[in-house]
Amino acid sequence: MASTVVGPVAMDERGAARDRVVSGIQRQGALIALVLLVLFGVVRYGATFYSPYNIFDAFLNNNTFYALTALGMTFVIISGGIDLSVGSVAVLAAVTAARLSVYGLFPALAGAVLVGLFAGLINGWLIARFALQPFVVTLAMLLAARGAGLTLSNNAPVMVDFAKGFTQLGMMHIGPVPLPVLITAVLYALGMLLLNRTRFGRHVLAIGGNEEAARLAGIPVAKTLVVVYAMSGALAGLAGAFLAALSFSGSPTGAIGWELSAIAAVVVGGTLLTGGIGSVGSTLIGVLLLGLIFVTLNFERGQGTFQLNSFWENFIRGAFLLIVVVFQSRLAKRGNAAN
Amino acid sequence: MATIRIRPRRWVAEQVALSRSRAAPPGSAGQESITTRADIPALIRAYGSFIALVALILYNSIFTRNFLSIGAFNANMTQAATIVIVAVGMTFVIATGGIDLSVGSLMAIAGSLAPLFLLDAYQFGTPVVGLALAIIVPLVATTLCGAFNGVLVTRVGLQPIIATLVLYLGGRGIAQLIVNGELREFRNLGSPLVPALEFLGLGQVFGVRFQIIVMLVVVLVATWVLRATTFGRYVLATGGNPSAARLAGVPVNRVKMAVYCLSGFLAGLAGLIVVAINRSSDPHRVGEYMELDAIAAVAVGGTPLSGGRATILGTLVGALIIQLLRFTLIANNVQDGITRMVIAGAIVIAVLAQRQRAT
Amino acid sequence: MSDEAPQSAPLLVMEGIDKAFPGVVALDGAALEIAPGEVHAIIGQNGAGKSTLMKILNGVYRRDAGSVMLDGRAVDFRDPQEAQAAGVSTIYQEINLVPYRSVAENIFMGREPRRWGLLDRARMNGDATTILARLGVQIDVRRPLGTLNIAMQQMVAIARALSTDARIVIMDEPTSSLDDREVEVLFEVIRGLKANGIAVIYISHRLDELYAVCDRVTVMRDGKTIENRPVNGVSKLELVARMLGKEIGEVRRSGATGFRHQGARVAGEVLIEATGLQGEALDGASVAIRAGEIVGLAGLLGSGRTEVARVLFGADAADGDLRVKGKPVRWSSPRDAIKAGLGLCVEDRKADGIIPYMSVRENLTLAALPTLSRRGIVDTTEQRKIVDRFIERLAIKTSGPEQAIRELSGGNQQKVLLGRWLCLNPSVLLLDEPTRGIDVGAKAEIQELIDQLADEGLGVLMISSELEEITEGADRVVVLREGRTVAEFDSGNVSQDVVMHAMAHGDDPNPASTVGG
Repeated sequence: MASTVVGPVAMDERGAARDRVVSGIQRQGALIALVLLVLFGVVRYGATFYSPYNIFDAFLNNNTFYALTALGMTFVIISGGIDLSVGSVAVLAAVTAARLSVYGLFPALAGAVLVGLFAGLINGWLIARFALQPFVVTLAMLLAARGAGLTLSNNAPVMVDFAKGFTQLGMMHIGPVPLPVLITAVLYALGMLLLNRTRFGRHVLAIGGNEEAARLAGIPVAKTLVVVYAMSGALAGLAGAFLAALSFSGSPTGAIGWELSAIAAVVVGGTLLTGGIGSVGSTLIGVLLLGLIFVTLNFERGQGTFQLNSFWENFIRGAFLLIVVVFQSRLAKRGNAAN
Repeated sequence: MATIRIRPRRWVAEQVALSRSRAAPPGSAGQESITTRADIPALIRAYGSFIALVALILYNSIFTRNFLSIGAFNANMTQAATIVIVAVGMTFVIATGGIDLSVGSLMAIAGSLAPLFLLDAYQFGTPVVGLALAIIVPLVATTLCGAFNGVLVTRVGLQPIIATLVLYLGGRGIAQLIVNGELREFRNLGSPLVPALEFLGLGQVFGVRFQIIVMLVVVLVATWVLRATTFGRYVLATGGNPSAARLAGVPVNRVKMAVYCLSGFLAGLAGLIVVAINRSSDPHRVGEYMELDAIAAVAVGGTPLSGGRATILGTLVGALIIQLLRFTLIANNVQDGITRMVIAGAIVIAVLAQRQRAT
Repeated sequence: MSDEAPQSAPLLVMEGIDKAFPGVVALDGAALEIAPGEVHAIIGQNGAGKSTLMKILNGVYRRDAGSVMLDGRAVDFRDPQEAQAAGVSTIYQEINLVPYRSVAENIFMGREPRRWGLLDRARMNGDATTILARLGVQIDVRRPLGTLNIAMQQMVAIARALSTDARIVIMDEPTSSLDDREVEVLFEVIRGLKANGIAVIYISHRLDELYAVCDRVTVMRDGKTIENRPVNGVSKLELVARMLGKEIGEVRRSGATGFRHQGARVAGEVLIEATGLQGEALDGASVAIRAGEIVGLAGLLGSGRTEVARVLFGADAADGDLRVKGKPVRWSSPRDAIKAGLGLCVEDRKADGIIPYMSVRENLTLAALPTLSRRGIVDTTEQRKIVDRFIERLAIKTSGPEQAIRELSGGNQQKVLLGRWLCLNPSVLLLDEPTRGIDVGAKAEIQELIDQLADEGLGVLMISSELEEITEGADRVVVLREGRTVAEFDSGNVSQDVVMHAMAHGDDPNPASTVGG
């Protein structure tokens, strides 16, 4: 046999290493921004900012929906696709949960998740079996789920039945931590495990990296994709259940733009929209960062620093997204030049 | 050692004959069709949407009272007209391989700006100047917003979905901020030329609503541009194969800038028409869901979302199909929710039918 | 010429294989027979059917007719997974693994080892290291695959094949991007596989390599198997003649290509000249193109040839000196170069050349649109004239100008792309692998055409990996290695061996012995 050969590092090294570095900076960038913002808040607003109530109830609890949909979106985007239906599916699930709340907590919760799962299965099946573009398929599902939500709710918000305990889902606390936050945290941990430590996770990454190579390597591409979209749907369903529990009703007109917030969180966190690279952790940072922006703005308003009516919210969202993605793209370009 | 025949012998022989006829002079039947039998999937792809539209028209002619009247025509076309105008711009953007999610918000910006120039008869000297500004400024503004989208896509290199997401969010906010979130009713405006603006949405020419005429003009001009001009060819090349287009001398970045500006302009136009129809401007509601309606019209009409091919006529047909579907269902007292589900189903059927056979 | 009967029962027998695609017959009764532990070459021109036959063997395609017997059992693979499970592994020319994922993950992709349901990273990395060690390779298996060079990525692909207990390993053009040393390492690995009873199917254009490592060779032409014989005892000339379907004497006389022009042309003024190009993949490349000459640009895969062409054409930016007719220029985009009279036929037609859903007419006139339109509107009469003229002149076989270009064969697509530039009456034509993926007939036509163009006074830069094209077609040969011009030859001083040596060693004064004969 030939003697030990260590291949000389060639030009290709620059390309792949660059991407890793850039992705790393992006992730660190978001993390740095998050840490800075937290410090800023602590220093400026004092105890109210880091009170358990503020952290857990005002901040985290109100962001569980975005966190869950972003978690599902992470897997979808890593696999090279996109899911525009998560907001509408969440709303459908919220309505379902509200309707089923007369039967108690578990039926309502299960119903919501199953509805989401079902929607996701349809998405995944259409995409994998017929090779349709995820954009179109999930767009259609967005419409269909909205429609289903309207039908199921008879065009009006469905009040949750308080008597059977569904609202406990939102109100129960384990120590200072609300139940939805706990569930979301556990799911994120599971998600990290799934992506990094299981075959399935490796397969999702491979498919997003080079679908043809993954297919040739014998990876069950269709099955994997169906699961990815089903997961996204189920998580959206869970988000809908939380929404119903926390707002005490299932409104068919809510959750507008959630899918885009989820995408924004994933992108801000550093996952490439083209797929093949990403992590659950970075999405978490993205979600926290985006959520923290608004908490900070609220506090500023409370300080009377400026009079911001709520109409600024959309503008700020847009501006912030712009700053972040432009910054990321500059980083990417500088990363190229440096190498 | 048995040989397995997986394809019938005759089919193979046909292929052999076909390939040998490759040596025949150009124009011979050899290369003409890929199979010797009728290519049904191709026919469906080409004419499916027309057939569906005709079917809907026939159904309604028979089963819906007063469908074949000018009134019903105006009502249906009016609903569809603004969608078509926006969708034409969307078709160009999609043809280059992009997407424009900001159109609804841009409509709202146009709708918020217009009334500002009609507050008072002598704001700008004469009412005519006010009217002119009320039309020109919103259009310029939305075109500039389109340019902003274009810069993000071409200079910064963002993907179109993210780039236009910025104005999807921010544009709505800008529209709201301009009027501080207030609904502006036109009857409260001071300029005497307000009815002239309202003509955009409510006026009639020989019994046909003005915006329908605008829509037709837009459709005809767009079709002509796509077919007969260099720019049209460049748009399709850019979407068909961007790197090949660039290497063939197509100014890819300029083309992309142009289509986003065009989309912005048409969104502004649609916005003006919408507020004219309603005689009021609500920054929260103008253009709501318009991006979905436009994309749906484009998809159902047969323009593939991956770019490289476009059919303006198809977009028109697509928008009409969706509108007629809605109308048919509503006329039959079907709930709004079910209507949406049906339309979603129609979109899926349309893209399924349009799948190209894998080469 | 009698074949020697193989000594043991054959491992693989493919017989009567037919495969057709819409409008083209790829295989017409093709056959293949391989003994266990045999290194078997398959040679043939582009379009002869080699890769189609392999794709039927490894499950990517399904055959239309014929039989495949593996170890005496009839098999019909419905997908690549089945073939892999049965012991057929493929090392693709472009590797076809996932660059972002680690070496170990790529080796075990689809079969990652698990413990209690979770990924067993330790075992995966350990096993990967062990397998690579068997090949004599020591690298950190946690590195992303994309950080390795092609030679190493190939080793990873081979390791993957070993990990699946392959009985047959198909190697598609394995040496196209390797230098001498790496080729020797690969040959050692192949000999090792053979010693372990693993058969290797070796597809290559480089006939010299066959003699170093292969036992038998199968020649294919036009979808048929012409012959299957031991490598010893047949000369290169004979093999070439068999591949082309010509008589040996004819091949010896007029060469293996369609290039007819004898001797070097007398070239005119320098039309374009690049000196000291520095950039991505370029490190001091220089080349000059004169009117009425064909400059052959040779080099290994990754040596920077395509990059040079792209810089000359303004498609990429680079540092260095670029002059057109003596005057320095700075292209900001291909448009500038096109206006100055250049044209570029790209290496990968599908990726960078054709606009797939557009017609022949639209593809042909794309670059010429500015001249064909007045005030933005296309002049359809002028367009018609040009399209008809070039379809005829280039003998483009199509059912009409409106036919979608993707329905045309590779050769005809290439002619359309050539026509795209000829429409504009260019003075310089940059051709990157102009006959890649084109059948024999069209190949000769295009080569003749290139000859004609040079005779008419065009300056032509021809990049080719097929050394016959370089040696028979070029008036001058420039050799690139690792982004730098390392040698230049006049057509009189050039033979394939000389060029190959320069490609691998540059100006290394201690040449290693060349392979084959």
